[in-house]
Amino acid sequence: MTDLQIKGLTKAYGPDMTVLQGLDLTVPSGSLAAVLGPSGCGKTTLLRIIAGFLRADAGTVTVGGRTLTGPGTHIPPERRRIGIVPQEGALFPHLSVAGNVAFGVTDRAARRRRTEEMLDLVGLAGYGDRMPHELSGGQQQRVALARALAPEPALVLLDEPFNALDSALRAGVRADVRAALRDIGATAVLVTHDQQEALSMADLVAVVRNGRVAQRGHPQDIYNRPADPWVAGFVGDAVLLPGTAVNGTATTALGTVELCEPTDALAEALQGTVLLRPEQLRLTEPGEAVPAGTVTDIRYYGHDALITVTVDDLDTPVDIRIGGHVTLRPGDRTGIRITGQATLHP
Amino acid sequence: MTTARAPWVLLAPACLAGAFALLPLGYLAVRSLERGLGFAWGVAATEGTALLLGRSLGLAVAVVAASLVLGISLAWLTVRTALPGVRAWSVVATLPLAVPSYVAAFAWLSAVPELAGFTGSAVALTLVSYPYVYLPVAAALRGIDPAQEEASRSLGHGPVRTFLRVTLPQLRPAAAGGGLLVALYALSDFGAVSLMRYDTFTRGIYTSYRASFDRTPAAALSVVLVVMTVALVALETRTRGRRGHSRTGSGTARPAVPVRLGRMTIPALAWCGAIVAAAVVFPLATLGYWLAAGNLAAWDPAGLVNTAGVTLGVAAAGAALTTALALPVGVVAARYRGRTADLLEQAAYAGHALPGITVALSMVFFAVRYANPLYQELPLLVCAYAVLFLPVAVAATRAAVLQSPPVLEDVARSLGRGPLRVLRDVTVPLAAPGVAAGAALTFVVCMKELPATLLLRPTGMDTLATRLWTETGVGSYADAAPYAAALILLAAVPSYLLGKQRT
Repeated sequence: MTDLQIKGLTKAYGPDMTVLQGLDLTVPSGSLAAVLGPSGCGKTTLLRIIAGFLRADAGTVTVGGRTLTGPGTHIPPERRRIGIVPQEGALFPHLSVAGNVAFGVTDRAARRRRTEEMLDLVGLAGYGDRMPHELSGGQQQRVALARALAPEPALVLLDEPFNALDSALRAGVRADVRAALRDIGATAVLVTHDQQEALSMADLVAVVRNGRVAQRGHPQDIYNRPADPWVAGFVGDAVLLPGTAVNGTATTALGTVELCEPTDALAEALQGTVLLRPEQLRLTEPGEAVPAGTVTDIRYYGHDALITVTVDDLDTPVDIRIGGHVTLRPGDRTGIRITGQATLHP
Repeated sequence: MTTARAPWVLLAPACLAGAFALLPLGYLAVRSLERGLGFAWGVAATEGTALLLGRSLGLAVAVVAASLVLGISLAWLTVRTALPGVRAWSVVATLPLAVPSYVAAFAWLSAVPELAGFTGSAVALTLVSYPYVYLPVAAALRGIDPAQEEASRSLGHGPVRTFLRVTLPQLRPAAAGGGLLVALYALSDFGAVSLMRYDTFTRGIYTSYRASFDRTPAAALSVVLVVMTVALVALETRTRGRRGHSRTGSGTARPAVPVRLGRMTIPALAWCGAIVAAAVVFPLATLGYWLAAGNLAAWDPAGLVNTAGVTLGVAAAGAALTTALALPVGVVAARYRGRTADLLEQAAYAGHALPGITVALSMVFFAVRYANPLYQELPLLVCAYAVLFLPVAVAATRAAVLQSPPVLEDVARSLGRGPLRVLRDVTVPLAAPGVAAGAALTFVVCMKELPATLLLRPTGMDTLATRLWTETGVGSYADAAPYAAALILLAAVPSYLLGKQRT
């Protein structure tokens, strides 16, 4: 399996419809990368260009050193060795499960064995004779993965493959797909707008905005050290506080907090927005010299709860995530304490 | 969304089919203008033409008006009221679509010979073509969200005002589209008017062609007719475009609460009963009467079987050629949207605007000039069928291809199949049932075709339709009846199978 290199990819559908604006992305061999972005950010266009269904206006797509899209080069999709797992599976309705999986295997001698291996890989051994409409949504999605993997592609593209599944089923299918991809060491790109899916499945997340990669990194880095407030808000709930930073420590209305990347010790104090996650805030007993506020709203989710607190010295209320039992009521007074590290954005 | 350009293996045969469909139109223009525009104008702009024009338009107006009354009233009664037996009525109301105009004419003429002329033509044509209004209006009525009418009522409008201000304006596009189709049917019909001996354009063209060796007058008349029908089709397409805009939201609307007819139940039932009796029961009963009245000794079972065999044969050939030509056009139209695809599709739809008689004439001209060995030979007739019914087959193919999502073809490409093999392994197998349905439909319409068959059949060959026409024309109704019965029975088989497949 092989790495994916994308450089300067540009695509416009018209003079005012630029979808990709010089997008760069590298996915190392054998890893699962998630391309995460809101609808209309260009992620589907990106996927279709990688697969060869669309031509790029400029830029290159290279898989394992082989240029598939580039100036004067456009390898047709059938010669790219890129498997795709579309939304809702898109199994061929006129072929059996085995017929679907074997569709891309050109070596007739190996067809049967390969089909069985792949069905085994996705946990559907013995389902070869079923027709697609006899399978559940999750099973269809796993067959679609087996079909994409059967010809031993250099790269697998997954286009929001779990969208159509109901949420109870989704987590299980996600885990199965991830395990199958791990098993054979496939390089894969998962396109999604679901930040939970991206963070929980991928080795590498690329957040795309307006046709460019806004940030690329490991899921934890994306969540804990977002490049800007927009990325922070897109990948999770964010608490934004005005603050001043000196010597790697920021001072805010809720107290001081250590920064992930220390500011220059010699520089003057930096004004900016301090970015925290709701779970970094803790509720304490109200008291002297403790930042405090009034509880204005409580949203209870079962495994945790979000408490909205209107802080005395802040214009906008902050959200605080607490686990388990909620004893507070709206109108109660509470103190607030910051834990962990924050990022500062000018 | 796949690579924007269609592969040549598809585009080349599709272009061929498009050019083939345009051949009659092009040749008609050449032929009628070859002695100059002045001469053609001289031939066309005569008192005789003006008379024909007046009669054709008058007939069309009468048939459209009557069809609107029948179609809209039936649609409202079957969709919005608690009419007893609503389901049965709504099925029976569409049956006249299966009756060829010349069979209706045969029925009325043989029962009431005094009807011959304008009245008979108008009655026969109305009774076979009102479903073109009924079907779209009934669909539109079903599609209107009753919440709109409820909102109107709650805003203080009574039921009549609500119907006039909310319901009727939304029915107008459907009724207008249906009415234009009826007008097109009436203008291009040959069977009913020729049997009723009412001189309209189509009959005039036929007479002019039969009467003289100089075929330029027939060509010039054809051009006038084609101009009229093309204008109608253009109008119809425009109303269809607008209808799309007026619809908001595609969610399933709650069905409206049926209107209680109360004391009006009996008159409503009588009205529906009268229409169905005239359009369906009466032709069948007349047919039965003539079958029973026919002198058994005069029966010619061998001849009937022979004619039926010939009819099936030419219809099968016509359906095969039409489907083969339609396949590439349908795939290109469904999958490779763009200017080329639009042009191709429009070219293939030329037959929709061309009356059978003009297509036949242009085929005659073309064969006499460039392909003399084909003149009055079977292949020419089959080609005429293909031109006339390409729209039927293309529409079916296009719809069949559109039913399977294009992502399936993308997936097949990514699994290493080239465009041609994707067509063979994925697109065609998935579209096969729809394409087959289109072929069956084409088969039925070929079997019922009259004017082109009359003009182009090899000497001595008869189909059920031409035989029925000839016998009715000379007033031997009992001899005509077995052919009519055979035609209805044979056409019913594929129609029945099609209906079964759809449900």
